[in-house]
Amino acid sequence: MTAGWVLGAAALLAASVTVQANWLHRAPPRDLPAVLYLRSPAAARRVALSFDAMAADLYWMRALQHFGETRLRASGQKTFEDLYPFLDLTTSLDPRFNVAYRFGAIFLSEAPPGGPGRPDLAIALLEKGLVHNPTRWEYHQDIGFVHYWWTGDYAKAAAAFSRGAATPGAPWWLKSLAAVTLAQGGDRRTSRLLWQALSQSADSDWLRRDADRRLRQLDALDQIDQLSAVVDRARGAGVGAPWSWALLFERGLLLRLPVDPTGTPFAIDLTSGRVGVSRQSPLWPMPTEPVAGPARGVPAR
Amino acid sequence: MTLRLVRAVALNTFREAVRDRVFYNLLLFAVLLLGASLVIGQLGAGQDVKIIKDLGLAASLLFGVGIAIFIGIQLVAREVERRSVYPTLAKPVGRGVFLVGKYVGLLLTLAVNMAVMTIALFLVLAVYWQLTPANVQAVWTAPAVDPRLLIALLLIYVELAVVTAIALLFSTYSSALLSATFTTAVWVAGQFVQDLRTLETIGVSGPTAWIASAVSWVLPNLALFDVKAEVVHGVPVSALQVAAAIFYGIAYSGALLLLAVAIFRRRDFK
Repeated sequence: MTAGWVLGAAALLAASVTVQANWLHRAPPRDLPAVLYLRSPAAARRVALSFDAMAADLYWMRALQHFGETRLRASGQKTFEDLYPFLDLTTSLDPRFNVAYRFGAIFLSEAPPGGPGRPDLAIALLEKGLVHNPTRWEYHQDIGFVHYWWTGDYAKAAAAFSRGAATPGAPWWLKSLAAVTLAQGGDRRTSRLLWQALSQSADSDWLRRDADRRLRQLDALDQIDQLSAVVDRARGAGVGAPWSWALLFERGLLLRLPVDPTGTPFAIDLTSGRVGVSRQSPLWPMPTEPVAGPARGVPAR
Repeated sequence: MTLRLVRAVALNTFREAVRDRVFYNLLLFAVLLLGASLVIGQLGAGQDVKIIKDLGLAASLLFGVGIAIFIGIQLVAREVERRSVYPTLAKPVGRGVFLVGKYVGLLLTLAVNMAVMTIALFLVLAVYWQLTPANVQAVWTAPAVDPRLLIALLLIYVELAVVTAIALLFSTYSSALLSATFTTAVWVAGQFVQDLRTLETIGVSGPTAWIASAVSWVLPNLALFDVKAEVVHGVPVSALQVAAAIFYGIAYSGALLLLAVAIFRRRDFK
């Protein structure tokens, strides 16, 4: 009698598995929009009762998921529209969630297609962080960084570095970073200095890895400059399209296949001869470099 | 004599909880903690230790409140329903002793539950601590195995003692379903005490604001026991704050317990 019930249960379970597997097999993949049930941080704080830190963790993971999913999406528009609300909720529920401010600012300021390209929101998030954690000099550093790299306002970047340097406990090099930014903003050496500083001050392994990736992108940009010079030399010697690395080997201008710091071969445009990192490279998409030149005006305070 | 009777009732309540498989929740807690620690490493972007601490503390509170409410409301109601309260009270065990014994018994159950949860949480954190490279540990705002977590867990326990007292009070004169509803409502309202006191800041004035303010002093201010976020971020919690919260919890629970005894003594069992 009991065996009959167990057999019946097993049969029904098997049927449900079959139906599910077949349905999943046939159903087309869907791009569902991220659902944000609560947009008001005040409401979220009340709904979370005393589980606000736990709710903040969940929103943080949702923010990461939303950013990653949208970034990796192959088709459709990459809007990242819920990224800021997720980060805003995370930091409202747990105002000391340091990484959410710092990593969130990097996410928000990243230019399309890799991110939403909203340095204004990145700065707003970091300023919110400063309201709750005024002793965090790293947020000033990050604000300066966003200004330097994404808005190209070196005066504001230098001002933010100066404010950070004035915060008790800030490292000595922030002051010199402010001076260098003001004098040589946009220059690749300064950019490298900035990313190195960010890598050293990173309080998350992810932040450090991102800074290291940026440093490797800068190395790749150096290599691209050298390879572009080789192409120019070839062009001067009468070589023309279709461009390829094989062609440059034949002419004795290259000794081996040029690879970027991740070991992925560089790409060369068939018609224009323009050199860049391959789309398959972990360094793609490459950042647009800030325009070189000293900052105009007096740093805003 | 009275203490011996309280102890006997308390131990009996504890044994009953064991028989009722209350501690099965620990299995769920362990699965939740271990499962989360395996998954969170992939999802949390380096925030695994913070998230495990948050999860461990939140689950300790949630499971504890669940036990405090759902066992607390049955403490008296079930004895009356089964009629086992008659021989107990006729032994003679005073009604006050009976009620206090029941309360202490549930506190003992909660203490054992919390102790096991604490050990499980510290074990998972210790494993994380061992597996995490030193350069990653260097940027943690608080160490993985942080004794300060015990402060948060202690205050959670005091909060559970208050919730148990609320459940016991309601269960002395109300049905189990209503007691559960009332206790849950008071527990939720207890999180908003500060909001009730500052209603004027959102434009509410006159009698509504006065009544809200008066109610806020009667409701348990459960936010006083919440130092989870501070502890997880390594922010110091003053000894005075902890001592004051513990004193408040004991005083409030004591008041509710006395009220419950007063009601229970007047109750007519027919």
